[in-house]
Amino acid sequence: MEQYEKLYLYKRIVQAKLFIDNHFAEDIDLDNIADQAHFSKYHFIRLFKSIYGKTPHNYLIKVRIENAKLLLSKGGSVLDVSLTLGFESPTSFTAMFKKLVGKTPSVFQNEQKTKRRAISLNPLSAVPNCFAETHGWIK
Amino acid sequence: MITKVTHMCVYVLNQDSAFDFYVNKLGFKVHTDAPMGEGARWLTVTPPDQPELEITLFLMKEGGMFDSETVKTMTQLIKKGTFGAAVMTCNDLLATYEELKSKGVVFKKPPTKEFYGYEALFVDDSGNWFSLSQMNP
Repeated sequence: MEQYEKLYLYKRIVQAKLFIDNHFAEDIDLDNIADQAHFSKYHFIRLFKSIYGKTPHNYLIKVRIENAKLLLSKGGSVLDVSLTLGFESPTSFTAMFKKLVGKTPSVFQNEQKTKRRAISLNPLSAVPNCFAETHGWIK
Repeated sequence: MITKVTHMCVYVLNQDSAFDFYVNKLGFKVHTDAPMGEGARWLTVTPPDQPELEITLFLMKEGGMFDSETVKTMTQLIKKGTFGAAVMTCNDLLATYEELKSKGVVFKKPPTKEFYGYEALFVDDSGNWFSLSQMNP
């Protein structure tokens, strides 16, 4: 019985995590997520952190920053990316990005551009020789 | 002195489908996704917390050292589930199991107590199986 209760609990926390994964760009109200999962806010945060190692709020920020990396890599401007991901301003986005990634969004974006350009000029530069030979890409 | 593993290889039967499985279901990050000409593609992903380990999703097709007979044999073996590709770890197996199941990942062994912790086995979209473990503290 205890095992079933634990499984039920896990399913609810996992659903909350997936909700964040799928709605990270929206104005997510973590109180509301806790309510939907039928937890008190305190209990929800404690359980979420015990499973994922982060509070729901910090997890949401992490998901937003990971998605910011993807959008920046595709050429999105800092302003657009910050607005798309629900940050209050480009300044707060840049500060959070730098805190978590260790460099500003612009620096990150330039690095990605340089990497892409190097690969497009010489695709084999990204491939260890042994794999290139295995594929038949070099003789 | 050997210090690290930087690349490992998983043979897959379809790179688009493998991309979806490893990135959208397992949550891996794309490291490099580059066209190599003539329809070939160099696709590598990294585990979320291990950006230095590139897993190459290596398409099983004719070319290089793979002749048609080898490709046919390998394809059959991959589909059959012959190859165990790696052991992965997570902080909380039960939660990870529930999440992956909800995304459609197929498990051939549910979380089970082992002497070293808990283990489950899942299968990728090609047929390769992986151990997913939560080690004892």
